[in-house]
Amino acid sequence: MRLFNFEEQLIPLDEWIQTFVDWLVLNYREFFQIIKVPVEVSLDGLEWLFFTLPPWLIIAVIAFAAWRYAGKQVTVFTVLTFLLIGYLGLWEHTMTTLAMVITSVLFCAVAGIPLGIMSGRSDRFEMILRPFLDAMQTTPAFVYLIPVVMLFSIGTVSGILATIVFALPPIIRLTSLGIRQVHPELIEAAIAFGATPGQVLRKVQFPLALPSVMAGLNQTIMMALSMVVIAALIGAGGLGNPVVQGLNTLEIGLATIGGLSIVLLAMVLDRITQGLAKK
Amino acid sequence: MAKEIKIKVKNLYKIFGPHPKQAMQLLEQGLDKDEIFKKTETTVGVRDASFDIYTGEIFVIMGLSGSGKSTIVRMLNRLIEPTAGQVFIDDEDIISMSNDHLVKMRRKKMSMVFQSFALMPHMNVLQNAAFGLEMDGIDKQTREARALQALEQVGLDAMAKSMPNELSGGMQQRVGLARGLAVDPDILLMDEAFSALDPLIRTEMQDELLKLQEKSKRTIVFISHDLDEAMRIGDRIAIMEGGSVVQVGTPEEILQNPADDYVQAFFRGVDPTNILSAGDIAVNSQVTIPITDGKNPRAGLQRLIKNDRDYAYVVDTNRVFKGIVSTDSLLKMLDRDDQPHVIPNAYLQGVKTANTNDSLQDILPEVASHPWPLPILNDKGEYLGAISKNLFLRTLYRGHADELPAELLDEQPETEPLKDGVV
Repeated sequence: MRLFNFEEQLIPLDEWIQTFVDWLVLNYREFFQIIKVPVEVSLDGLEWLFFTLPPWLIIAVIAFAAWRYAGKQVTVFTVLTFLLIGYLGLWEHTMTTLAMVITSVLFCAVAGIPLGIMSGRSDRFEMILRPFLDAMQTTPAFVYLIPVVMLFSIGTVSGILATIVFALPPIIRLTSLGIRQVHPELIEAAIAFGATPGQVLRKVQFPLALPSVMAGLNQTIMMALSMVVIAALIGAGGLGNPVVQGLNTLEIGLATIGGLSIVLLAMVLDRITQGLAKK
Repeated sequence: MAKEIKIKVKNLYKIFGPHPKQAMQLLEQGLDKDEIFKKTETTVGVRDASFDIYTGEIFVIMGLSGSGKSTIVRMLNRLIEPTAGQVFIDDEDIISMSNDHLVKMRRKKMSMVFQSFALMPHMNVLQNAAFGLEMDGIDKQTREARALQALEQVGLDAMAKSMPNELSGGMQQRVGLARGLAVDPDILLMDEAFSALDPLIRTEMQDELLKLQEKSKRTIVFISHDLDEAMRIGDRIAIMEGGSVVQVGTPEEILQNPADDYVQAFFRGVDPTNILSAGDIAVNSQVTIPITDGKNPRAGLQRLIKNDRDYAYVVDTNRVFKGIVSTDSLLKMLDRDDQPHVIPNAYLQGVKTANTNDSLQDILPEVASHPWPLPILNDKGEYLGAISKNLFLRTLYRGHADELPAELLDEQPETEPLKDGVV
């Protein structure tokens, strides 16, 4: 009955992974540091922008977007939210978080929409991609935080990379779904009128998948915001900071205002992007 | 006029499923569709279809659902790749054509109208109508002008800025038609284009199509499961059953000589008086008397008696119809001495004639109201034949010959039904 003897570990997978990551860190750390660069550049740019512009202008721009896409109520809610955040003394943290979220969503969109399109057009590709997406969504972030830190070192950029891993799947899935939901008759009609595969994608599939893509974008933003606190654990700045700091020093009030700001910010971004998706 | 072949379909096969090669072999061994499906889980969509479609005609492919008609039309523009066989359009082989060439062909030469309309929901009516031109890379101004023209043809130019979902089904299909017309194709493929519309709108659209066809002749391949539709608009009809083309011919030909029981069953519900014209059923079995013999009515009388007929049709040397005489009218005329004994004096009063193109419905009152068979003339007034009450009834009973009273069956026509121009 040796087959069912589970007393001792037969497969030392943990050791293998340990060795593999150590080997990666030892030999390829520089490569991973280069990967960081584009993320770093966009983050720094956005942060610089948000810290340079006067707060009233930022509020005005976001309020305009809310008014344009989500109606009056959301506009009022948006203005009140940002005023409250300012009065709570969390303006700078909020700007950092906003820059982080926008950066990660940007990269998620750049990688996720093409992947989603490919998986929408090929059953095989989707079959291969799906387990990875499942893993990205369900693997507890703490599992990959340490290797991320080892490869990319501590800081906001590493936080964003961890966020991208977690927030990428919804935009891929919903883009794929949107592409798949396009009526086959419409594609047939397009081909009958001499559309090339590229034209089918640009003129028919993608425009019709757009509402679904936007829903994916909205979900990605929400997921990115939910990673803010976890990212703070590996040294990322932003609204996660007061929360983590509050937890460490048992300052419940500090943790709460940090959490409240995250929730309010999430609601504002959700309403605006949902409105955008409907347009 | 010599008919020019626009589309030639030759031994075309389409087999759906996992084992097309095996299914082809089984087909060669003579197995039918169901047996092959049982053995290989492979569906024979189209089986050895061959036919020609002429330039400028409306060619209807008709069959029940699952008969392979939609598959055939999709093989004409290779939306579906045939398993075997050939399709030629203007002598160009579609099947072996390169992809680029095929795309060009679809953009310029042929367009398609779909049962479900298949309009792009994110584009307005004008953009939808311009879709084919857009694919062809034609600049916006030109393509929208041409699309607008196409919309005018279907009477929808006023709706150019509407979205498809704001339109009724009939209007949506007009947009679908305009999209097909905008690229000015030689060939229009219409896949059950009017089947999703309610009957009144359907008839309206059929008329619209016929009107468009009068203005500029295109080659139209029209898929339909509706026989009335096929009869109304089809110049020729191909009837499909179980993936095979069972019969190809004009509506009249098919109605008169159905190839098999399946085709006949199709036509059982059809009112032949709508489809057949007088020329289709008239038979030249009556006695004719040339007017040159007019001076000798007795000779005519002799012929009537010899042939055991009551009525004779008097024609001149060019076979132009002059009148009808009967044994009675000839005898009466010969009895009277107050006028010359010539045939015109024996003409029956109240004789009417009908043209070969008149429908059976038009001629019914004439056939019914006189004892003599109704003479049928062509446009030049030449006598082609006549339609008796018996003949008319036999036509109505076509397909129900077993129910026909026996006495109606004796009178067999001596000659084939006449066509226009055949004397």
